Amino acid sequence: MIPLGHYLVVSAILFAIGTAGVFLRRNLITILLSIEIMLNAVNLSFVAFGRSHGTVDGQIITFFVMTVAAAEAAVGLAIVIALFRHRESLNPDAFTSLKW
Amino acid sequence: MPDTVLFYVFSAVAVGASLLVIGQRNPMYSIMLLIASFGALSALYIQLDAPFVAMAQIIVYAGAIMVLFLFVVMLLNAPHEDAAQWDRAHPLRHPGVTRFGALLATLLTVQLVWALLRMSDAGAAVGARGDVSELTSVRSLGRVLFTDYMFAFEATSVLILVAMVGAVVLAARQEQR
Repeated sequence: MIPLGHYLVVSAILFAIGTAGVFLRRNLITILLSIEIMLNAVNLSFVAFGRSHGTVDGQIITFFVMTVAAAEAAVGLAIVIALFRHRESLNPDAFTSLKW
Repeated sequence: MPDTVLFYVFSAVAVGASLLVIGQRNPMYSIMLLIASFGALSALYIQLDAPFVAMAQIIVYAGAIMVLFLFVVMLLNAPHEDAAQWDRAHPLRHPGVTRFGALLATLLTVQLVWALLRMSDAGAAVGARGDVSELTSVRSLGRVLFTDYMFAFEATSVLILVAMVGAVVLAARQEQR
């Protein structure tokens, strides 16, 4: 059987990749995708911990995280569409003013 | 040990595809690679005796959320990351700063791995405890979801409603007056 630590290491690596994506990329869509990577990394550690404790609570919390991810993607993409309509750009540096 | 080999293969696919997601300039390829990463993650969920979560991962993430992303990318028709002159001259665009960000991400990985491996039961096999037939059955999942987590379940339904209204309000074209 695979030790719990291995799943957690995979989850940590995925989370770090997501964090790096948020900081390094200059595209709003890629930044949202990086947030999805981070949420999935957390999901993996929830399921691994739940299996390790022998309960289904980890899987239940994963469902809630998926729901929140769906809501976040819908609202985030709506904001991206609204921003693109104003500036014709997906670069986060194009949106530096609070009001236009 | 086919289990161990499969674990490493799927982990490598998930990590490699995620790395390529943030390495792509074209968001279309990023989304396709992220779907591959989610497929590998759902295989890991099956190894963790969570087949229902694995199916939800495929249907909800790869099937719904990623298609939503694809629609937005096609709708905006701006596939390439624009790197205009003023963007290249941006102070955060300096290669030293970018390298510092990559260094911070590597540091985060090392810290997380170090902290996780110091846990007392990190070396314990993951499938040692619990009844597999109880963990994999949708019946037990549903029972816990609709009893212990009832309030959270109702709260998520309100959250979905708010997100739906918010998305419509934000994306709707304002009438010019």
